[in-house]
Amino acid sequence: MLEQLFNNVALMIVLTGALVGCAATLVGTFLVLRGNSMLSDAISHSIIFGIVVVWLLTGEQSGPVQILGAALTGVLTVFLTELLVSTGRVKNDAAIGLVFPVLFSIGVLLINLYARDVHIDQHTVLLGEIGFVWLDTVAIADLPVPRSLLWMSAMTLVNLLFIVLFFKELKLATFDPALAKALGFAPGLLFYALLMLTSSTAVAAFDAVGVILFIAFVIVPPSAAYLLTDRLWLMLVIGAAISIASSVLGYWLAVLWNVSIGGMMAVMTGLFLMLAFLLGPRYGMAAQLIRRRAQARANENRTLAVHLFSHEDGPGEGEENVARALRDHLGWSEARAREVLRRSLDENLVTREGELLRLTPKGRALAREILEPWELGTGGAQAPA
Amino acid sequence: MLTLLQDYTIQTVAMGAAMLGVISGVLGSFAVLRKQSLLGDTLSHAALPGICLGFVVAGGRELGSILVGALVTGALAALLMLLLTRNSRLKTDAGLGIGLSVFFAIGVVLLSAIQGSGNASQGGLESFLFGQAAAILRGDLWIMGGITLAALGLVVAFWKEFKLVSFDPVFAASIGLPVVALEVLLTVMIALAVVVGLQMVGVVLMAAMVIAPAVAARQWTRRLEGMVALAAAIGMAGGVFGAVVSALGRGLATGPLIILAVSAVVLVSLLVAPGRGLLWEAVRRWRLRGQLEGQQVLTTLYGLAAHHRDPAYPSEQGSVDAFHGTGTRAALAKLQRRGLVRPARHAPEFTRHWTLTPAGIAEAERILGAMGREAS
Repeated sequence: MLEQLFNNVALMIVLTGALVGCAATLVGTFLVLRGNSMLSDAISHSIIFGIVVVWLLTGEQSGPVQILGAALTGVLTVFLTELLVSTGRVKNDAAIGLVFPVLFSIGVLLINLYARDVHIDQHTVLLGEIGFVWLDTVAIADLPVPRSLLWMSAMTLVNLLFIVLFFKELKLATFDPALAKALGFAPGLLFYALLMLTSSTAVAAFDAVGVILFIAFVIVPPSAAYLLTDRLWLMLVIGAAISIASSVLGYWLAVLWNVSIGGMMAVMTGLFLMLAFLLGPRYGMAAQLIRRRAQARANENRTLAVHLFSHEDGPGEGEENVARALRDHLGWSEARAREVLRRSLDENLVTREGELLRLTPKGRALAREILEPWELGTGGAQAPA
Repeated sequence: MLTLLQDYTIQTVAMGAAMLGVISGVLGSFAVLRKQSLLGDTLSHAALPGICLGFVVAGGRELGSILVGALVTGALAALLMLLLTRNSRLKTDAGLGIGLSVFFAIGVVLLSAIQGSGNASQGGLESFLFGQAAAILRGDLWIMGGITLAALGLVVAFWKEFKLVSFDPVFAASIGLPVVALEVLLTVMIALAVVVGLQMVGVVLMAAMVIAPAVAARQWTRRLEGMVALAAAIGMAGGVFGAVVSALGRGLATGPLIILAVSAVVLVSLLVAPGRGLLWEAVRRWRLRGQLEGQQVLTTLYGLAAHHRDPAYPSEQGSVDAFHGTGTRAALAKLQRRGLVRPARHAPEFTRHWTLTPAGIAEAERILGAMGREAS
């Protein structure tokens, strides 16, 4: 029964993809919130250097040594970047863009020189091959567990553990680093730990999805989640959910169209981001548009009410407070004037008395809110004589 | 060496690399000054789907349509980034990362679709990942040269405007320049630079080609004219070096070689450029420290002498050391050479003592007086 599960190629692939997504989202959430997303870009490129060096030294392509090596490479990248910035000669973004290409270049050249005929080739490192994860298995309790799946599970657990243990500290260090420092936490140290986990996750993920698609999993699901919620823990949960959904959907589409599985999974994260961007309940474009529209309408109603109020019982009432005047005096188009009038009648702000438009008590209160704001809260119903 | 220069392939490669160096150096200068260094990274990764689409449309590895495709998808990614960061609470870094990774993913999908379709000439596509100088044809040079010339022409035509937008966009807007249009134009031109570099450096490393020459050039000059010209020269030198080594060598990828060459120039420039070089700064700091130490030792001696109401009071070296918590022998020796202190004996002790010379007293009073003025 269990063995059948592990022999199910599709399930293994989807599971690996989902784990890559979850592990990456867990660390990525904090990078996105801190405004350091591009560090994941730098780290995931430069770990090629680490992978190749560790491989040349030990001959191991994956496993704990590789993961440790990657963690150190990640730290090296960030350290070199900060070193460059601290000289005051180079801006932060330029420093990032200087360091990782150098490490990446050295890595690629080392591959060119020493690793021609082996499994590590630049193509795999860059793009990964999640479709073949089930070929490389380890027997655990007689079950053929894919190696990638094993390492990704481990990294997901480690990341989860880190975040659960240091949730409070991470939250504080992310949203208010100054306070975190003042309270005696070490936000810098915490940040370095986070980056080490990011690069370890990257190396565990690289033969599945490659180092560049990994960036998509680090940045995109947390960004999408950020557009959907204001709560940190919910952001983590939504990000993970988007990763899992992307993995399932991506696998299905990739098989359907016979294209790269890892690539399709990453594209799906982008799709979810666009959905969140367009349809998110509070920050989505649609919601913003609707809110803006409602505000514009309320403004028109208010304008009408104010216009009627200021001419109410005045000498020009018969001329001003009629439908025609809305077009001539307020400069509204015929259609717009009719629309606003209809809405105001519907909302019981205005009534008709023959030609004349009269404010209802509700409409008068609305106009007063604007014209006599000092009356607010002091029983505005009693108008000054 | 001469035969090397006459080699047809090497000539082609060197010319291509020179063009790449010029265009990326010039446009990179603006990108770095406008703190948009990583935009090149996003644009170049996002070129991958365009490369694939161009390949599909042309039905083969034809540079013209591939470059148009790369330009279009690169620009789309930049647009997406702007859309996301302007209309939502995502910050620029997330926008850049999203554009980069999602577009690259689309490119990977398209690449696999093309490879799956068994198109016989698809082999050349992967050279766009890391760059392969040897794959450049003479005909490609015309296209690259055309793009480079067009970009340089634009820079010359809008020189004053670009300069103003790079250094003071608010002022530029206030005198009625179309800032947004100019920024869009600069972005598109960076995309042009990226496109020229695709064959040589590849999509992954183009970011550094935009940044590195500009950062190196910035070290040597304070003027935009000089920076742009120097960046072009550095880019050109690095490009030609990397491309020629790669074309000669044992299948070393071109992109990494070019990037390492240019980065070496950056490192040297950071260290030894006059004025801004870190090495000179270290020397300056070291000298200043020596000077400050001398001043401190001198005023200590003056203070001890004043305490004993004797301007020529000989202080024991050990007590001066104790006062400063560190050895002061070197500082005292330096002061002695300047004629401000002289060694003395203080019977009945046999240890070394120091006493101020009249010049030393005057100098100490000058230092203390200056300090007093600053404090008040």
